[in-house]
Amino acid sequence: MKIPLSYSMRNLLTRRMTTLLTASGMALVVMVFAATLMLTDGLQKTLVATGSPDNVIVIRKGAQTEVQSGVERQQANLVESLPGIAIGSDGSRLLAKELVVLINLPKRGSNKPSNVVIRGTSPASLALRPQVRLVEGRMPRSGSSEIMTGSGIARRFQGTGIGEHLRFGMRDWTVVGIFDGGTTGFNSEVWGDVDQLMQAFRRPVYSSMLFRLADSSRFDRFKELVESDPRLTLEAKREPRYYLDQSEAMAKFLNILGMTLTIIFSLGAIIGAMITMYASVANRVGEIGTLRALGFRRSSILAAFLAEALILGLIGGLAGVFCASFLQLITISTMNWQTFSELSFSFSLTPVTALVSIVFSLFMGLAGGLIPALRAGRISIVDALRES
Amino acid sequence: MAATSDIVTIRNVTKSYRRGNQLVPVLEDISFDIHSGEFLALMGPSGSGKSTLLNLIAGIDKVDSGSIIIGGCEITTLNETELAGWRAVNVGFVFQFYNLIPVLTAYENVELPLLLTRLSRRERREHVEAALEIVSLTDRMDHRPSQLSGGQQQRVAVARAIVTDPAILVADEPTGDLDRVSAGEILSLMDHLVQDFHKTIIMVTHDPRAAEKAHSIRHLEKGLLTDG
Repeated sequence: MKIPLSYSMRNLLTRRMTTLLTASGMALVVMVFAATLMLTDGLQKTLVATGSPDNVIVIRKGAQTEVQSGVERQQANLVESLPGIAIGSDGSRLLAKELVVLINLPKRGSNKPSNVVIRGTSPASLALRPQVRLVEGRMPRSGSSEIMTGSGIARRFQGTGIGEHLRFGMRDWTVVGIFDGGTTGFNSEVWGDVDQLMQAFRRPVYSSMLFRLADSSRFDRFKELVESDPRLTLEAKREPRYYLDQSEAMAKFLNILGMTLTIIFSLGAIIGAMITMYASVANRVGEIGTLRALGFRRSSILAAFLAEALILGLIGGLAGVFCASFLQLITISTMNWQTFSELSFSFSLTPVTALVSIVFSLFMGLAGGLIPALRAGRISIVDALRES
Repeated sequence: MAATSDIVTIRNVTKSYRRGNQLVPVLEDISFDIHSGEFLALMGPSGSGKSTLLNLIAGIDKVDSGSIIIGGCEITTLNETELAGWRAVNVGFVFQFYNLIPVLTAYENVELPLLLTRLSRRERREHVEAALEIVSLTDRMDHRPSQLSGGQQQRVAVARAIVTDPAILVADEPTGDLDRVSAGEILSLMDHLVQDFHKTIIMVTHDPRAAEKAHSIRHLEKGLLTDG
């Protein structure tokens, strides 16, 4: 029979301050751990949400990103003529040939320059991205030097608000609209007419092609068609896969950094829990002797002290996740090293992250409590009663 | 009326402790019997081995040689797990410093030994209330040990010792930490348990007044019984 859990809980309550301090240490580590996972999740959520599963993106074979890619006009025409591309409500193909270039813009306030993606878009670009909608002003007229900016850009960069002007590609561009891309990466882009932008930047090739398949389940066949054609040195990916691939390097970097910090901090928290539990055992040697004399087995004593350490871990875990949940209010703006462009994303707390963080905290409690609990279980009854 | 058959049979028991490289003998060739329903006081100076003998009878320490048979069970042959189970059923403990669990209420402290049985929660409650009734502390069952006087704490400890209805109670200096009045109450309570509930009590004490309450007294000196 087990020693009741209330015994372990009340012992923690009796030593309120020690419990609070140890659990706070664990909570801090859990917060760092959860923050790392939340950052990676937030990044992937942003980049993956950028893509729509029905869309297919075509880029040059071997290119990781649109910035590195080039699709010649002739190749673009060949892809456009392939069967299976969906037709829009206006009767034309739901296909956009796009250009992606990076320019440097100074930030508002700090004046610090940062890379911004300029996307040359076709009339179908907006229809292919239903998550993007105009929130202010109007759409740029095709054939003009008009542009619209993502709401993330309009807030943070100079000259990107409605009616303001930007100078790039040896031209002045007027911002006539602001669009909102929700949590997607488009929020950090500037959109203009693709042909105007190609002329301005003297680019003879597109960066990518985006289109919707009439039947999404025929993607594999379409991919084979594109990739086996010797005239097309291109590859086709579903749009979410493309953005997920882009997030991998940065997610890996964030994970390694976060996990390194977590491991170092967790060692401190485990030692803290161990000291607390050792003190707890030392203070209760007499109680342990009494419980053993009454007939409770070593395993029951071990379980009672392990339960105490696990409760400590649970308190730390819950507090850590609770504190980490407030990080969702923060938006981080940083450089995506794969596209060399500005990318803003938020911490995202998923149920899995919360669960993993609490399990991690329980593990810290267990690791810290195991040796003291083993010691508690091993104390001889006579010695323990003599100490009481 | 208490039965007179032997409940404890101790034969040729020796026990020594290791102190550094030295083996210090504590008990040497002890043999005697305790009758069922007897209230026995073990007396002797400090270091005479009386607490060690009590621990051996209670099954919380192991003999070097010899045998101890309690209620027909030779406890010296039991392993640690079997001994733990045996103690839970057959022995009640009363300690000098009460040894109550400070975070548990009087009720929960008395209930502890019952957690090792298969009794239901309702049955446990009945047993605990009956035990607290015997020690006249039903009105304090929700108090923590720190909210009780020394005498009351020792009465809770007695209730804990009898709640499983064991045949034997072992008491190590049960009045050692109490004032005269409280000590008297505890000794009367123990006498009541022997007279009315036919318990066998083995008590270690320094206090001659406590020993007076016992039916019989055994003296130990330097690990030897001095009175046959």
